[in-house]
Amino acid sequence: MILIALLALLVATAWTVVRLRSLFATVMLTGIYSFLGASWMLLLDAPDVAFTEAAVGAGISTVIMLATLSLTTREEKVCRFRVLPLLVVVATGAALVYATLDMPVHGDPAAPAHLHVAPEYIADVVPTPDGEVLQVGIPNVVTAVLASYRGYDTLGETVVIFTAGVAVMLLLRRPRREDES
Amino acid sequence: MNGLFGLFNYWVVIVLMMTGFYIVISRDNLIKKVIGLNIFQTSVFLLYISIGKLDGGTAPIVKEGLESYSNPLPSVLILTAIVVGVATTSVALALIVRIREAFGTVEEDEIIKIAGTE
Repeated sequence: MILIALLALLVATAWTVVRLRSLFATVMLTGIYSFLGASWMLLLDAPDVAFTEAAVGAGISTVIMLATLSLTTREEKVCRFRVLPLLVVVATGAALVYATLDMPVHGDPAAPAHLHVAPEYIADVVPTPDGEVLQVGIPNVVTAVLASYRGYDTLGETVVIFTAGVAVMLLLRRPRREDES
Repeated sequence: MNGLFGLFNYWVVIVLMMTGFYIVISRDNLIKKVIGLNIFQTSVFLLYISIGKLDGGTAPIVKEGLESYSNPLPSVLILTAIVVGVATTSVALALIVRIREAFGTVEEDEIIKIAGTE
């Protein structure tokens, strides 16, 4: 029941974003969309991702968007209706739905995604009967994989954030006037 | 869940994805396009997390007495993706601020018109 209500709200929010022209309201709705997405992630047994989505997707993203609105504009101008984008989207959506027919049903324990690698990570964290813990020993498997097995990946992620920060600073820096120097 | 209803989750994700895609290709306003990209991105996250769910599983935090855990790997990948996503969004928005300074507008068709006359 909760799931159906959540999914209906998600779709309704996304469609309202399409129709609204006030960018301020749109940004707020995007925040709500992220929160709804985070709630669904919680239902899907991914609390770590839900926390991150709520903090980063609904929090930081919204703040950055609002800052952009204050520097640019708050209203989208009237856009005439075009048929081609709608056709492209419907065709792509139909192709994707057709592709899902080959996917394992939701929650199937025998799905290929659950058979390889993941069981080994979980087995490495579960304590053996004599109390000895294998390899990592952090009870949260997501943390264990993120910070230990895929530590270099997380380092790479940090590099991406740093690069993005440098790029934003270079873009937004006031250009120094020639006559001042 | 069995039969076609077991694929229902994926279909909802596809509807959300296509909504974001539609915003990106049908709107002229650059900020609206970035918002569309964000919606698309979040729905991709939801697709991955959907795949990771296991019937009868719990969140992948090991505790005595629990047998079955949902797949931790999609969670790990998507945690990275969320953070990288906000980084790319902020670069895109910084570019939009610069475009607004240079052209005085954030509407794509007006920018193309101005750029064409110069």
